[in-house]
Amino acid sequence: MDLNFTQEEQAFRTEVRDWLAANLPKDLATITRNDAPLSKKDMLRWQLILHDKGWLTYDWPTEFGGTGWDVVKQFIFEDEMARACAPRLLPFGLKMLAPVLMKFGSKAQQDHYLPRMCDGTDWWCQGYSEPGAGSDLASLKTAAVRDGDHYIVNGQKTWTTLGQHADWIFCLVRTSTEGKRQEGISFLLIDMKTPGIDVRPIRTIDGGHEVNEVFFSDVKVPAENLVGEENKGWTYAKYLLTHERTNIAGVGKSNQELNRLKSLARNQKRGGKPLAEDPLFAARMARVEIALMNMEVTNMRVLADVAGGGAPGSESSMLKILGTEIEQELTDLTRRALGRSAQALTPEVDEPGYNGPHVTPDGFQHAAEVYFNHRKTTIYGGSNEIQKNIITKMITGL
Amino acid sequence: MDFNHTETRRMLADTIERYLRDKYPLAARVEAGNNAPGFQQAHYDGLAELGVIAALFEEDHGGFGGEGFDIAVVFEELGKRLVNEPVLDCALVPGTIFAATGQTDTLEEVIAGSARYALAAEEPQALYDLSDVDTSAEPSGDVHALTGTKTVVKYASGCTGFIVSARTAKGISLFLVAADAVNLRDYTTADGGTASELTLKAAPGTLLGDDGAGGALLQKATDRAIVGICAEALGIMQTIREMTIEYLQTRKQFGVPIGKFQALQHRMADVLLEIEQARSAVINAANALGSDAADRARIIAATKYSIGRIGRMVAEESIQMHGGIGMTWEYDLGHYAKRLIMIDHEWGDQDFHLARFIDLGKAA
Ligand SMILES: Cc1cc2nc3c(=O)[nH]c(=O)nc-3n(C[C@H](O)[C@H](O)[C@H](O)COP(=O)(O)OP(=O)(O)OC[C@H]3O[C@@H](n4cnc5c(N)ncnc54)[C@H](O)[C@@H]3O)c2cc1C
Repeated sequence: MDLNFTQEEQAFRTEVRDWLAANLPKDLATITRNDAPLSKKDMLRWQLILHDKGWLTYDWPTEFGGTGWDVVKQFIFEDEMARACAPRLLPFGLKMLAPVLMKFGSKAQQDHYLPRMCDGTDWWCQGYSEPGAGSDLASLKTAAVRDGDHYIVNGQKTWTTLGQHADWIFCLVRTSTEGKRQEGISFLLIDMKTPGIDVRPIRTIDGGHEVNEVFFSDVKVPAENLVGEENKGWTYAKYLLTHERTNIAGVGKSNQELNRLKSLARNQKRGGKPLAEDPLFAARMARVEIALMNMEVTNMRVLADVAGGGAPGSESSMLKILGTEIEQELTDLTRRALGRSAQALTPEVDEPGYNGPHVTPDGFQHAAEVYFNHRKTTIYGGSNEIQKNIITKMITGL
Repeated sequence: MDFNHTETRRMLADTIERYLRDKYPLAARVEAGNNAPGFQQAHYDGLAELGVIAALFEEDHGGFGGEGFDIAVVFEELGKRLVNEPVLDCALVPGTIFAATGQTDTLEEVIAGSARYALAAEEPQALYDLSDVDTSAEPSGDVHALTGTKTVVKYASGCTGFIVSARTAKGISLFLVAADAVNLRDYTTADGGTASELTLKAAPGTLLGDDGAGGALLQKATDRAIVGICAEALGIMQTIREMTIEYLQTRKQFGVPIGKFQALQHRMADVLLEIEQARSAVINAANALGSDAADRARIIAATKYSIGRIGRMVAEESIQMHGGIGMTWEYDLGHYAKRLIMIDHEWGDQDFHLARFIDLGKAA
């Protein structure tokens, strides 16, 4: 057993770290560190810097312009990105749609869509969930009816993250109501500018706007926008879900948040002593640090397994549960470490020219918003209850 | 033993319940919470008229209640409807100090709802510890000159005046300071209300009670505030409970109401039994307020700790069981959950009170 990275891997880490130090714009790192909202422009700016370097598609195979890095290198890269507070890359195009197109899409689709998602021409969003189809995704109803060389789409998607900015949406649609529900679903790419599409904002409890409802009424979609075969969409969707695993636990991000929390706890005082020395608070921090330490090794074990050609199992579900619970605990502790000042809601604080009150220590003005917003992590991407169902089903076979 | 409220208290609860049910839509509350003063004056007046404030004070002080259970009854009802009119911050707490220091006229105005005061006692460095006071008070003629900063003074905007804690040669003392003598910087709060940073630069303050008696006065006000805020939390939990049960019964996935899934049933069971624990904690604290029992402080600390811990659990579990809907602004649950979480940030959080409970236990 050897828990250490090889020399080559360590050198790679240094290379990534040095490059980030030189190329990650300071303002973007600050916004990310402070959990302030990133604009579309900010996200695209960072995406293009990575693209120029050739690292945007770090987890793609070389034949599609990827780096060809193995999972360990991918992990190291993600870890360093998180530690440096690089803006998170939006997964919808690069990590969700891309693998599906590479495996099931036509050559024409690959040639057209993959470069455009890299250079920022197309911003993608994900249209899976519907008001009646959440955990039970297979009950989705949005219908696509073939009419000559088009599909006519009618229905509603919801919870569409950042759909307000999107140029395209990849959707699961119902193309057949016969047989098993899973067998009548297709995977369709839809241009958001098509007449008949209406995007309406959903405001979340933290006051932000990142999710939307998307309504389709008689939306005409060219038949060539179908990915793979009609009625096989469920297979592709499942492929997509089991695909992304190296970073689902968010180890780098959580380590970064933990460090931030520790520095906060050293500066905050209770009873004249640093909060970090308060036995109750120290115990809470220690517990989450230990959980994170363990999860890091669990994550490495999964990586080693995948690198050695292991088959996908219930690991992604385990990592999702662990990762989101740790992340939520960290947002909770950060909020608490602020004491009363966590109550202050000053969302404009990052805007240039803000001259309102600064109640919370610098960089922590969004702590309560972040805490409330992070309740989503155990709900989306397949709720943690659903992940637990998957784990027990896979392991017990029941 | 009798766990039923008296007839008078039941009637009071019914009156408040009816008023709020008929006249207090959540949407208006949320809207008002985002702009100074952070609530609806008409409802503050309305509640005062119903006798809600009077119920918090004894007859000797112009009220008709004042016991722990009066406070609990009132705030439980206010919590159920997520009322953010500052009955606690601008009436119960300052009123308690006015009553204890013989400010009869001022208290009368508070009870009538015609004047609002707020306590400015917490400082930026203090993390809930009200004895951590840097604000200074220098004698200056008939009054004292106060200099310092107070943080998160809730609903300060529009107040008639403030009760400010400051250090004199004799220790922590309380002062009455007029609104125009302080500087306020207002902002909204995460749970839909307003608060301010309050700064004093040689602001004239009139001593309330004895010089150096601030600590004891603050303790009395805090004890009563904790009974109130914990009862409010209990009311909130009850509403959340009803909403979540209804959701489990009606939201269908996989062809059945999600409440059929045992994973959720057991979690709901945990929520239900913890809410009962919260209820017991509130009853215990309300009762302790009336007795001079040596362990009163311990019970108050235990209650605030319990509410902090249980409140978080109930808020988080209820959002989780609602799935995406629970995350939305349009759906009432999130607003209840936010207030419940923020309650842990007022009058000492769960760790603060757990530590206090442990300390008080050592002394006993
Ligand atoms: C902020 C946010 C962003 C999102 N972004 C997107 C997006 O970009 N694109 C997209 O398509 N979707 C997105 N989603 C939707 C997300 O995937 C769904 O919310 C999720 O699948 C849960 O569905 P639901 O909200 O309908 O909850 P429900 O399925 O109604 O679940 C409610 C509760 O019941 C539990 N439950 C359900 N079934 C079971 C069971 N069998 N056993 C035990 N417990 C069960 C759930 O765990 C949950 O606690 C997003 C959601 C959120 C909150």
